[in-house]
Amino acid sequence: MCLAIPMRVISVQGDPDDFTTHQLATVDADGISREVRLEIVDHWPAVGDYVIVHAGFAIHSLVEEEALKNIALLRELAEKTPEELLS
Amino acid sequence: MAEKTILLDHGSGGLASQQLISDLFLKYLDNKTLHSLEDSAILQNRRGRLAFTTDSYVVDPIFFPGGDIGKLAVHGTINDLAMRGATPYCLSLGLILEEGFALDELERIIISISEACREAGVPVVTGDTKVVPRGKGDKIFINTSGIGFVAKDIDISSKNAKEGDAVLLSGTMGDHGITIMTRRAGIAVQGDLQSDTMPLHNLVAALLAELPGDVHTLRDPTRGGVATTLNEVAAASGLTIELSDESLPIRPQVRAACELLGLEPLYLANEGKCLAIVSGNQAEKALAVMRATKEGKDAAIIGRLVAGRAGRVIVNTPVGGTRVVTPLHGMPLPRIC
Amino acid sequence: MKYVDEYRDVSLARPLVEELKKAVTKPLRIMEVCGSHTMAVFRNGLRTILPPGMELVSGPGCPVCVTSASHMDAFISMADRPGVRVAIFGDLFRVPGTKGSLAEASSRGAKVDIVYSPMDALDLAVKNPHELVVFLGVGFETTTPGIAATILTAHNTKVKNFTVFSTQKVMPAPMEALLSDPALKIDGLLCPGHVSSIIGAGTWEPLAKKYNLACVVSGFETADLLKSLILLARQVGNNDIKVENVYPRAVSWEGNLRAAKVVAEIFEPADMDWRGLGRIPASGLKIRDKYAEFDAEVRLDIKLPEAKEPKGCMCGNILKGMSTPRECPLFATRCTTANPIGPCMVSSEGTCAAYYKYGRDE
Repeated sequence: MCLAIPMRVISVQGDPDDFTTHQLATVDADGISREVRLEIVDHWPAVGDYVIVHAGFAIHSLVEEEALKNIALLRELAEKTPEELLS
Repeated sequence: MAEKTILLDHGSGGLASQQLISDLFLKYLDNKTLHSLEDSAILQNRRGRLAFTTDSYVVDPIFFPGGDIGKLAVHGTINDLAMRGATPYCLSLGLILEEGFALDELERIIISISEACREAGVPVVTGDTKVVPRGKGDKIFINTSGIGFVAKDIDISSKNAKEGDAVLLSGTMGDHGITIMTRRAGIAVQGDLQSDTMPLHNLVAALLAELPGDVHTLRDPTRGGVATTLNEVAAASGLTIELSDESLPIRPQVRAACELLGLEPLYLANEGKCLAIVSGNQAEKALAVMRATKEGKDAAIIGRLVAGRAGRVIVNTPVGGTRVVTPLHGMPLPRIC
Repeated sequence: MKYVDEYRDVSLARPLVEELKKAVTKPLRIMEVCGSHTMAVFRNGLRTILPPGMELVSGPGCPVCVTSASHMDAFISMADRPGVRVAIFGDLFRVPGTKGSLAEASSRGAKVDIVYSPMDALDLAVKNPHELVVFLGVGFETTTPGIAATILTAHNTKVKNFTVFSTQKVMPAPMEALLSDPALKIDGLLCPGHVSSIIGAGTWEPLAKKYNLACVVSGFETADLLKSLILLARQVGNNDIKVENVYPRAVSWEGNLRAAKVVAEIFEPADMDWRGLGRIPASGLKIRDKYAEFDAEVRLDIKLPEAKEPKGCMCGNILKGMSTPRECPLFATRCTTANPIGPCMVSSEGTCAAYYKYGRDE
């Protein structure tokens, strides 16, 4: 029940503090795109950020720095650096 | 069969469809030719062998990126003939139209059919049209039957796959299935997704010309996808089929849409691809022949036939694990879990 | 795909497979409680390369699979009502109640629409003003906030024909119910990644402390899963039990407070029936009275019969890893993948379904 994928934000609309505005982002990944809702994302993304998308909602904004640390955490005996893996 | 009404799953190409065939149709219509349940029936008479096939098309939406129901109806039946090594000769065209269906849409479809026939070199030589009252149909249903001729030395069948044979797929998988699914309201996804519908008889002719005797099986993985078709081949040949995850050709857009919706490309329909099972030592040559055609430019070797549990299909994962790929029971559905 | 492919990179994952072999120094039993983890483990073929000594058990992690038969019956009876259009996640379409499924209801004319998002269900309501749209709410904490946001949007935009039938469940609760059974022996928990994204990695700490349970919050890609298993093995091997987070790119210790606020506005705790486990107190969510007009149970006056586990179904014990499918009298006789009875068979990769399809000895 956790099926969710990271997608890149290409446009954002709405006021993060006003639920009555349409809190929407258009996101894409590898040439497919969709509108997703931003009402429940942990922090408001900027264009170019990534969000994790579940059932049409962004549930988490992904920060590049966290992703780099995450790769480093997973890397044990691998040869590639986190920067190489994320480029 | 426990069900008392037709369910959508009965039309999915998976286990439920197969049950309907074996429990109901074969019960009353059985004969040796029908019983083999191949893509086309090969009929022998004094003049040689004919291949004969029929298929019905009910796709919704009727227009979609990459094609329409008319194009599908021509290509699908040509492909069923080609999958037995037959040279397609002609088609019949049966239309069931719903009262109220727009004439300009019908015209678009007929134009599409005529273009597809012209490009493939296979004419429609007979046809029929019926109209049903509003609400008793769904805009348009199409049936096409096809006749082809099979050369003397050709014997292509799922049963002929042998241990050590290589499995090739003529291009990327899941394109048609994901395109149709993402056209549906409620599951819409935008992007560069389009149906792969195309006729494969020229690709097949090239393979048969270059590798006579080495092409054992040809199947087009339509409803139920590569997974379901390969399960059928594995069962018919009494072998196990081993695939490799990393070798499966999938477009990035298709992969991303599948990840988003919780679908598996192996189970999605293809309308312009064929699986070719060839002698193991001819795999590279078959690949080169396919890739030299416009229909097969993305062809890949995806697996092989090995001794093992009959009817089993397994995938070797990149980390060295394996998983079993079972046939679909019914339609693939998007999921959140 | 960015932020996915890197974590599936074989050059990252293969060394982790070797590392896992070294990490298992004491035999251990891990439970995973997320349907998507079950699928990810399956997709990678991880069970075929687990080192000897490490056992992986599937717990009640698939919210659709633990939806009780009586809830399914209620869903189906709603769908059969004239003037009602039911909107569902695809997962629910074939799940059986005591007599049939939504698929069968659809075949006899019930309006059943498969949607990707609860917002799509709200759109359906707006487009079909003369029908009452019921969105069948299933899911854990990952899905609940979106459903809450949808109800709030319906409220703010004054949509009068949209309702939700909430069978939403919350995660640590069934774990407490399972772990309090002294016969259950698990050493570690592979904690659900996206649920933890919402509730925070810290939510698992009380369980870890109370039951001496190794906990690792894991993502869904190959490297995430392998690393999580390594850390679980090390925690148990070194008797250094804690909560570790292998998915920091998506999970923080506190969780998603913005989502939690929306959920708290719409929902309140309730007792909930779990297929295979019976009624678990405070394990679910009900729509607050303030939003009763969006509550399908209130609008359609649904009365649920007390959940009755089908006689002989051993899913409860199988979910706890205490019995194997072979020991269940219904297995492969009345309960098959085509006609599943308990969640272990409903889930396409549940313990019983896997055993049935692949004939593995679990």
